[in-house]
Amino acid sequence: MNAANSASPARQTASRAPRGPYWLLSPALLFYTLLLIVPIGMTALLSLYAFDDILGIQQQISFNNYLEVLTDPYFHKIFLRTLVMSVLVVLVCVALGVPEAYILNRMGSPWKGIFLLVILGPLLISVVVRTLGWAILFGREGLISESLQLLGLSDGPVSLMYSQTGVVIALVHVLVPFMVISVWASLQRLDPDTERAASSLCAKPWTIMRRVVMPQIMPGILSGSVIVFALAATAFATPAIIGGRRFKVVATTAYDEFLNTLNWPLGAAIAVILLLANVAIIASYNRYIERKYAQVFES
Amino acid sequence: MRNGYLALAFHTLFILFSVAPLMVICLVAFTDKGYLSMPFDGASLRWFYAILDNPEFIDAFWFSLYLGIASASIALVLSVPAALAISRHRFPGRDGINAFLLSPLMIPHLVLGVAFLRFFTALDLNGTFVGLVLAHTLLIMPYALRLVLSGAVGIDPTLEHAASSLGASRLTTFRRITLPLLMPGVVSGWVLAFITSFDELTMSIFLASPSTVTLPVRLYNYIEETIDPLVTSVSAVLIILTMLLMAVLDRIYGLERLMIGKGQ
Repeated sequence: MNAANSASPARQTASRAPRGPYWLLSPALLFYTLLLIVPIGMTALLSLYAFDDILGIQQQISFNNYLEVLTDPYFHKIFLRTLVMSVLVVLVCVALGVPEAYILNRMGSPWKGIFLLVILGPLLISVVVRTLGWAILFGREGLISESLQLLGLSDGPVSLMYSQTGVVIALVHVLVPFMVISVWASLQRLDPDTERAASSLCAKPWTIMRRVVMPQIMPGILSGSVIVFALAATAFATPAIIGGRRFKVVATTAYDEFLNTLNWPLGAAIAVILLLANVAIIASYNRYIERKYAQVFES
Repeated sequence: MRNGYLALAFHTLFILFSVAPLMVICLVAFTDKGYLSMPFDGASLRWFYAILDNPEFIDAFWFSLYLGIASASIALVLSVPAALAISRHRFPGRDGINAFLLSPLMIPHLVLGVAFLRFFTALDLNGTFVGLVLAHTLLIMPYALRLVLSGAVGIDPTLEHAASSLGASRLTTFRRITLPLLMPGVVSGWVLAFITSFDELTMSIFLASPSTVTLPVRLYNYIEETIDPLVTSVSAVLIILTMLLMAVLDRIYGLERLMIGKGQ
């Protein structure tokens, strides 16, 4: 970062004692070893143990829990449902977040800042509270049901509770700020002259959008999509409150195994699979983005 | 470039979508009925007074407050030296260690909850304040570290050299020069870490016991049972407190910078 070869006192002490940075890092690294490596390692080990309804956890090593999760159609359904739900959330977040970030970026000075706060502010409010708002709106006597009936779009009360549509809407609301920030950050790097140049060469607005703006903000859209996907696939509060027992996803299933069925080894196996899938998706997506857009990041 | 009517219409709907659930909560909280309803045909503060009769929410609020203060402070104490090491020195394994220290961001909170439940049960720390503080510290470390790091990178090292060439000891240099320069990063890192801890549900729900319940866990458990105006008035108070905090933060630091830290 800083000039590495400046003959400064700090530098001299650093070169005299090359272990300096490691000493500074040692408290954090020790903390991480004790509270990240050890617990995750113990969970991985737990996922290999057996569980008996009467005897409880048995310390016999086997891959039976993983076999059960990976072969049981019940778990297939839950994993597939989580995947479909997360993809839908990402698609809606792209459809809403990208145009909104673009519109926001073109706004004048006071409004730009105010609306950015309005959109990002909810990130600081607990997900439980934000989801509660949707639960009230979605109920049979909620505002959405009443207005649909008032408009004559529905004959009887409609409830979006316990449905995929309801969970997707609420999750989009929780996660769309991440898409807006991500696209917003890449719009900051966009040179407005490229748009003007294109329009002075008589390009139609749609063509400018497609050929000039989109390619430049694509890295922002992609990294926003990874964040949204990862958070949607592992979300707990929103699917638990809106989806309930009827719309179970991976996170709520693992929770039930742990705290209701008390089958800890099976719950641990689901958690390990979720962790590996999450890390694999983020890592491969990041590698893909870096390779494809290396020149954009370098500029 | 200006936005067309279509763009502004889209924008209006988007903003409406963003604030709708929060506005509904704040409206319902003012109802004078015993069930969920809009306050247009009768408003009152009865559900706000009702919070005072339900100490479980007030206790959980204080518990979350202490938990957030303790874990954000520990996270900062660990982050400051780590950020100085990463920003000032080049050493083997630097990028790897940086990625490792940010790695909790990639781990689903559910997995952390499961892992800590397992770990703390073995140590007999489960359901204790200490256990929750340790778990929350790990969870919020990346946020604290990232903001301290972005503050540390901008510090001009010649200022420290000037101090030590004038005879200041290393401790004095750190206390009088480095730390004040680092302060914006430290304050914003602490606040973001605190808010992240205060709002956390998924991990805490695995670790909470009847005597150690955080406010989000209390709210979640309540909503699982029933949704009534009481839970909306508690939520409305939280929304209003968060908005006040946002206004203060925006004054001191600029909320935009803080938020970009949260999102990426």
